[in-house]
Amino acid sequence: MSNIIDLKLFELVEKIKKKEISSNEVTKAFIDRSQKSKKLNSYITENFENALQKAKQFDEKPDFNKKLPGIPLAVKDLFCTKNIRTTAGSKILENFFPTYESTVTQNILDEGGIIIGKLNCDEFAMGSSNETSFFGNVQNPISENLVPGGSSGGSSSALAAKLTPATIGTDTGGSIRQPASFTGTVGLKPTYGSCSRYGIVAFASSLDQAGPMTQNVKDSALMLEVISSYDNKDSTSVDFKRGQYLKDLNENIKGKKIGIPKQYRVDGMPKEIDELWKKGMKIIEDNGGEIIEINLPNTNYALPTYYIVAPAEASSNLARYDGVKYGFRSKGKNLIDMYEKTRSEGFGDEVKRRIMIGTYVLSSGYYDAYYLKAQKVRRLIKNDFDQAYKKVDAILTPSTPSSAFKIGEKTNDPVSMYLNDIFTVPINLAGLPAISIPAGHDKSGYPLGLQVIGKAFDEQNILNIAYSIEKNINFKNNINDWWIN
Amino acid sequence: MTIDLKTVKHISKLSRISIDDNKAKKLSDDLNSIFKFIEKLEELDTEKIEPLTSIAETNLKLRKDEIKSKNIREDILKNSPEDNKDFFVVPKVVE
Repeated sequence: MSNIIDLKLFELVEKIKKKEISSNEVTKAFIDRSQKSKKLNSYITENFENALQKAKQFDEKPDFNKKLPGIPLAVKDLFCTKNIRTTAGSKILENFFPTYESTVTQNILDEGGIIIGKLNCDEFAMGSSNETSFFGNVQNPISENLVPGGSSGGSSSALAAKLTPATIGTDTGGSIRQPASFTGTVGLKPTYGSCSRYGIVAFASSLDQAGPMTQNVKDSALMLEVISSYDNKDSTSVDFKRGQYLKDLNENIKGKKIGIPKQYRVDGMPKEIDELWKKGMKIIEDNGGEIIEINLPNTNYALPTYYIVAPAEASSNLARYDGVKYGFRSKGKNLIDMYEKTRSEGFGDEVKRRIMIGTYVLSSGYYDAYYLKAQKVRRLIKNDFDQAYKKVDAILTPSTPSSAFKIGEKTNDPVSMYLNDIFTVPINLAGLPAISIPAGHDKSGYPLGLQVIGKAFDEQNILNIAYSIEKNINFKNNINDWWIN
Repeated sequence: MTIDLKTVKHISKLSRISIDDNKAKKLSDDLNSIFKFIEKLEELDTEKIEPLTSIAETNLKLRKDEIKSKNIREDILKNSPEDNKDFFVVPKVVE
């Protein structure tokens, strides 16, 4: 059984259900490979021994009705996991052990999943390259010294390197879809309100959403079924009838109207990305779909809006890290001095920068000019999508304006780093679902992704369109295990 | 709008994050380039637009005010940086 790690999530589930392999064998296979892959730095905390125990317990008393029967999974270290260290990639939470479980990870446990570890991420999910993590850079398995994207960079790296059969990330401005695109994997950001935010370390509460990161679209549908639920512990959780995403997955897109926003054709975008986009359009037409040009006129204002709204919410959410109740504390002359030193030493540069932007735009005299203005523009951006969806069923765009870049290439210029999220941020502002699927390679052989954006709560539709594109493209990741000696 | 050193110091005070002078200069440069980028929004006339405060425009549900987690004081205090069995401890605030 040397090929366990090459099986897809849904195949592992089938084989365990048919008793062809045990949970212990599967768990051991992924843990063994994770232990050989420390060079990637995908993990912050390993939970290997505990996971192997859980796998044995599952095999002794298996329940094959579960959706993830004895399946090992590593998850982004932004989800609180009871009694398993949860750091959010920050020094300030270096020794934090939650006393409760996030709803999303609880859903995974309830369906028979086993947590094998916590994956690296940008500090408090603020970053697009995993370079802001207190626990160090993460390597992209595609090539040495290439970023895995961010903020869910440990997740995308571990998934592409087959250290976990699937994983979950969080997406505030692109943090699932951009790393998926950079590593040749599938990343889905569900509609705001689909997955509970309870127990997820908060970054920007009106934008944060958890979602699956998987090797393929079918696995994505399966994971979404597991993690999406109504939860009265999250006041913005939406009580809608969730679909049977896996059962209803099909590649029939006949008659679907797919919008192409001309504003996403940005200056300086590599030719390969434009060609990939055209390839996607052709596949849709060849399969009976209709391509319609649409207008999203306020697209250019999405990033400036995001860089007011997200830091404003972050500055408020991160006020709780004061060195009193949990986390890191520095010594101070008095209470205020202790707060100021704790936060200065406990947070990294990017987090401090965003707290300060947020504090400034919310401060007296500037609130109307920045924060209120941004909320108004956010309405315009949402209206753009509402108008477009009168004419189309979904929208197709590239996932990112470039492929993965080298570690260190963009760290000195925050604005050039922010531009990575130009195609993903508008979707968070409008609260919509979107999926990134691998669709080709650039001239260096690095993966490129296409993004399918849906109407609110129309996850099934974008999964089906992505499924159809996936079948036609037949993407293969070129990974040669360079990090294993 | 430029963010000078004095403003950086003021924001750092409001944010309860101490900043030394070397870092303040770099931070002021970074914040200026970010605000230059943000100020693109001024091009738009938003006079008659309602602000969007929540994307999930649903009514908040009511629930009973019940205690769900009990006897977790010890577990919670275990995470506190200054060890004490009964309370969170902070530097002295009254003389």
